[in-house]
Amino acid sequence: MNIAKKIKYEWFGNVRGDVLAGIVVALALIPEAIAFSIIAGVDPMVGLYASFCIAVVIAFIGGRPGMISGATGAMALLMITLVADHGLEYLLAATILTGIIQVLFGVFKLASIIKFVPRSVMVGFVNALAIMIFTSQLQHFEGESWIMYSMVALTLAIIYIFPRITKAIPSTLVAIVVVTVIAVFAGLGIRTVGDLGNISSQLPIFMIPNIPLSFETLAIIFPYSLALAIVGLLESLLTANIVDDMTDTESNKNKESRGQGIANIVTGFFGGMAGCAMIGQSVINVKSGGNGRLSSLVAGVFLMFLIIALGGIVVQIPMAALAGVMIMVAISTFDWSSLRNIHKIPRTDAIVMIATVITVVVTHDLSKGVLLGVLLSAIFFAAKISKVKVTHISSVDNSKKIYKVHGQIFFASVNDLVEKFNFNEPIKQVEIDLTNAHLWDDSAIGALDKIEMKFEQNHVKVKYIGLNAESRLLKRKIGGLSKASGH
Amino acid sequence: MYKKILLATDGSEHSIRAASHAIEIAQVKNGSIDIVYVVDGNTSKSDVLHGIDKYEVKKEREEKFKPIRTKIKEAGISCETHFLHGEPGPSIVEFANDNQYDLVVVGSRGLNKLQTMILGSVSHKILKRVECPVLVVK
Repeated sequence: MNIAKKIKYEWFGNVRGDVLAGIVVALALIPEAIAFSIIAGVDPMVGLYASFCIAVVIAFIGGRPGMISGATGAMALLMITLVADHGLEYLLAATILTGIIQVLFGVFKLASIIKFVPRSVMVGFVNALAIMIFTSQLQHFEGESWIMYSMVALTLAIIYIFPRITKAIPSTLVAIVVVTVIAVFAGLGIRTVGDLGNISSQLPIFMIPNIPLSFETLAIIFPYSLALAIVGLLESLLTANIVDDMTDTESNKNKESRGQGIANIVTGFFGGMAGCAMIGQSVINVKSGGNGRLSSLVAGVFLMFLIIALGGIVVQIPMAALAGVMIMVAISTFDWSSLRNIHKIPRTDAIVMIATVITVVVTHDLSKGVLLGVLLSAIFFAAKISKVKVTHISSVDNSKKIYKVHGQIFFASVNDLVEKFNFNEPIKQVEIDLTNAHLWDDSAIGALDKIEMKFEQNHVKVKYIGLNAESRLLKRKIGGLSKASGH
Repeated sequence: MYKKILLATDGSEHSIRAASHAIEIAQVKNGSIDIVYVVDGNTSKSDVLHGIDKYEVKKEREEKFKPIRTKIKEAGISCETHFLHGEPGPSIVEFANDNQYDLVVVGSRGLNKLQTMILGSVSHKILKRVECPVLVVK
């Protein structure tokens, strides 16, 4: 009963708002889906099918009602080389494998790994994504005339100024319609979507990717699928958090990972490219009044309806208009506050952010940037907390010395620790006070054993005081082992 | 009259200036001040991106209003903070009308006509559509 109530609320709690917002989102999705397909190097239909399938499937099984998913720039950027080297069929297979990996993430409740991605890496990720989307548009400007440039400028002007008149219609759509009408009626002869691919007025059909089912195929697609799965989940869970905050509600992140996976599996079988949640579209959806599952369903279905009804017109959209929309997407994706505050945040955070961006821009691979960013953050963190402080006092008759250790004792800090003791003093007893220290691992115990041994070689007795419970347990478990094994 | 005051704020200097005017009135009338802050889509996006989790995000937002809160508390006036989500103008209007405030105090960035056209004026929207008197502090 309770579940039925919840389902009813998630689907029909906000019918009017969801239907209207879904229509707005569908209109804004079309140019993006086409442009992302062109970035990936496939026919526009591949991105449109993806946005349709993913939006519809996620409506039913996603974990975050009101979030919009579809073909995205982050995912498209990861596919470029796969498509160029091996073609569309391999992309479809990789999309299915991406979905399988994501379902596994959801089943094993690994969605929480997002917390291991520091915020400086996330900021670097979105900034790199923005830069990549922008640079991917530069090819459309090569060898073009001032007519094309002015059409891009007109697109951007409409996108940014039209919302002042009304926010009911997405300004990107108005820009595209205006620029397309001008291009068609003035006969400008600039390049259009039709020059780069076909739009067919057909519903997607089920088909199994035409690839050899062999180990070589797996070896080709697996690295791409893993990168796609990770980047897709990262962006989806970030978007889910943003929608949570915007709507002041909770969502189920593991269900969302599973949903994203199933959506990608379905998409792959219906001729669409891998996708994930879209920050920009989700923000548009919530702002337009959508917050239920119905909004995503309406967005997907209406998108497909428009393509079937208006396919002939869509091919006449000038590339200049799409390039303008993509530049807007890049500008709004970029986290400008991170530039304004770069001198205020800790220097290591700034380095991690910039390193993430540079890695992505150089390798054209978002997942590599994230990986490097996480590693770098881990190293900086270890370096930061590996600073141990050792103070010492001697007893009145100089026969005993007390060392006080402050800090975290683990593999990264033990070298420093050992050097801070003076083993050659003519004393009889040493007391090591660990009240303000914590022993973390094997290396910590090893270091203490080493210190103890060095003192004992000089016939100095060592006594520990102030071990906390956890450290004492660790010491009892593995203490003396390294000594006994002859170190 | 003017016992229940709503202070619409974004934590900026203008809103701190507006706060001192709200305090003056509340002191004379022995009233209370509620602070309201609207989190819009873009703010959500950048706050979530920079925050570790939602508790951290909430803490950071509350931190933003600390100077204003202490100022009001120091003046011996009771004060509550409300966070709304949505478009700043309409959200504040709805909140003020639903909760029957006697007065809404809001800071103005003092934009010229062109800036108003491009950036939009929250104080203008509030002025036009809130049912109670509105004090726009320049």
